[in-house]
Amino acid sequence: MPNRELMSGNDAAGEGAIYAGCDAYFGYPITPQNEFTAHMAARMPELGRVFIQAESELAAISMVYGASAAGKRAMTSSSSPGISLKQEGISYIAGSRLPAVVVNVQRGGPGLGGIGPSQGDYWQATRGGGHGDYRTIVLAPASAQDMFDFTAQAFDLADRYRMCVLVLADAYIGQMMEPVVVPDEPAPPPPPKPWAVTGCAGREPVVIRSLFLGENELEEHNYRLGEDYRRVEREALRWDAVQVDDADVVLVAYGMCSRLCREAVARGRAGGLRLGLIRPITLWPFPSQAIVDAAGHAQAFLAVEMSMGQMVEDVRLALEGRRPVGLLGRPAAVSEATEICERAAALLESSRPQ
Amino acid sequence: MKPLYKRPETLQPCITHYCAGCGHGIIHRLIAEAIDELGVRERTVGMAPVGCAVLAHRYLKVDMCEPAHGRTAAVAVGIKRVRPECVVFSYQGDGDLAAIGTAETVHAANRGEPITVFFVNNAVYGMTGGQMAPTTMLDQRTTTTPRGRDGGYHGYPIRVCEMLATLDGPGYIERVAIASPKHIRHARSAVLKAFRTQTDHNAYALVEFLSPCPTHWRLGPLEALRFVEEQMTEVFPLGVYRDRFAEALAPVPE
Repeated sequence: MPNRELMSGNDAAGEGAIYAGCDAYFGYPITPQNEFTAHMAARMPELGRVFIQAESELAAISMVYGASAAGKRAMTSSSSPGISLKQEGISYIAGSRLPAVVVNVQRGGPGLGGIGPSQGDYWQATRGGGHGDYRTIVLAPASAQDMFDFTAQAFDLADRYRMCVLVLADAYIGQMMEPVVVPDEPAPPPPPKPWAVTGCAGREPVVIRSLFLGENELEEHNYRLGEDYRRVEREALRWDAVQVDDADVVLVAYGMCSRLCREAVARGRAGGLRLGLIRPITLWPFPSQAIVDAAGHAQAFLAVEMSMGQMVEDVRLALEGRRPVGLLGRPAAVSEATEICERAAALLESSRPQ
Repeated sequence: MKPLYKRPETLQPCITHYCAGCGHGIIHRLIAEAIDELGVRERTVGMAPVGCAVLAHRYLKVDMCEPAHGRTAAVAVGIKRVRPECVVFSYQGDGDLAAIGTAETVHAANRGEPITVFFVNNAVYGMTGGQMAPTTMLDQRTTTTPRGRDGGYHGYPIRVCEMLATLDGPGYIERVAIASPKHIRHARSAVLKAFRTQTDHNAYALVEFLSPCPTHWRLGPLEALRFVEEQMTEVFPLGVYRDRFAEALAPVPE
């Protein structure tokens, strides 16, 4: 019988990491993810694993770089301003082809912003975030259970593709307490990592690096990374579709907003408005084809997000002008289901041929 | 027949990219000799810094990482914490260690992380073309202090050993010089001791090398060695700044 426990999203992500065999956690306090760091401070040492409160986010992500280079499963967590600081390390992790897991419990910005929920880091998360030509896999949890599951799965994805996996949550999901089912069966073991720095006993030395100075060497490296990213696009794409097949208006929303949109779909349909929902689970890769397919019958699309409009650009890019795309964006709070229905109805009305 | 002198196994048989008269080649050799002597090459992991020594992984025959500029100590810490059986060292310049990486340096030392830090202080930024370093001396001309370093305007040379010696965490801190055969022989024993601080006592060690940069000092190799011995040691006094295991460590054989 699996354990069912009441946990905050932050604690659930920590337990998901522990379940996945995370060997080392490196963090730096920032609201609204402090429970996460405190949880790991309590749990990791009692399991004989590594916890360090680093001197900065720069140091924390660099410790992740080191532990991962040494072939172990390592992670860090933070919130938006801290994630900005970690971008340096994430770029080096990408360049060095290292697996790593980063959880971002987003708060509002820019700058110090606030400590309330936001989805304002979508662009940063889905476009690489740091310097250089790279990608990170981005998972968008919508519940404490997702925090557990996605953080655990992030380690497998990170190891499989040797890249950074970002779990993009927000203050609602991090702070909210919900029941979480912890699986009975053990997590799959990590794959062998012959590339890791472990001391060169019985083999030639290996080097973990992101500097490629030789003629064409960097270009070849970039092509190699590009191949990895195409593979991720083919294999790792995930989304949920809710009553999309006959929908006139398809809502597109991730994370917390997708929960309100589920309610809006039910409420809209009860009132005769045929709504559907596409909920991207991976924000990169983005479920563009699912959106294109829905455009076969849907009249319009409405992006619902906690920002002034970021994900909406990916919806528009997917549709390439095929259908009107509306935006319901609130930067610091979710929109209510009734408001979503009203906006969807108005969008449908305005997109009907005159 | 016992060879008196040979290439250490840890040193790759290749020509380095370092300038004539540069101290890096000598320091690489000292590190390689110490690794050979301790017999730890196959469990050693080194950090090559952003700076002139970024390609140190081509010259040292051990597993190596190439951290971001300044994050060298943090990456070393990440490795050592998950692989305590490894001997982990960082090789860092004055910019990496004492400017952009000051926080990582200070906090790794303060936690007493059992890593061995080799700090090459040549009072200038070499790879980027001779700019001011945190250790550039007063009145020293660099491309970013063209009229000489003015303490009131540019800040004063930072004495890393003295600064870290105020902390409780470190086990062993010493400043040595690459100036004469006598200095270099002493530096060799300091390198060995710094490794043994990690292998025998699981403690933090840092060795600072005052090291010549003839190219950016605009001096000949011999003049540069004299500059280290006569000018730099005035600002950066040689000596042991911390030695928690002075009695526990057996004397280093000459």
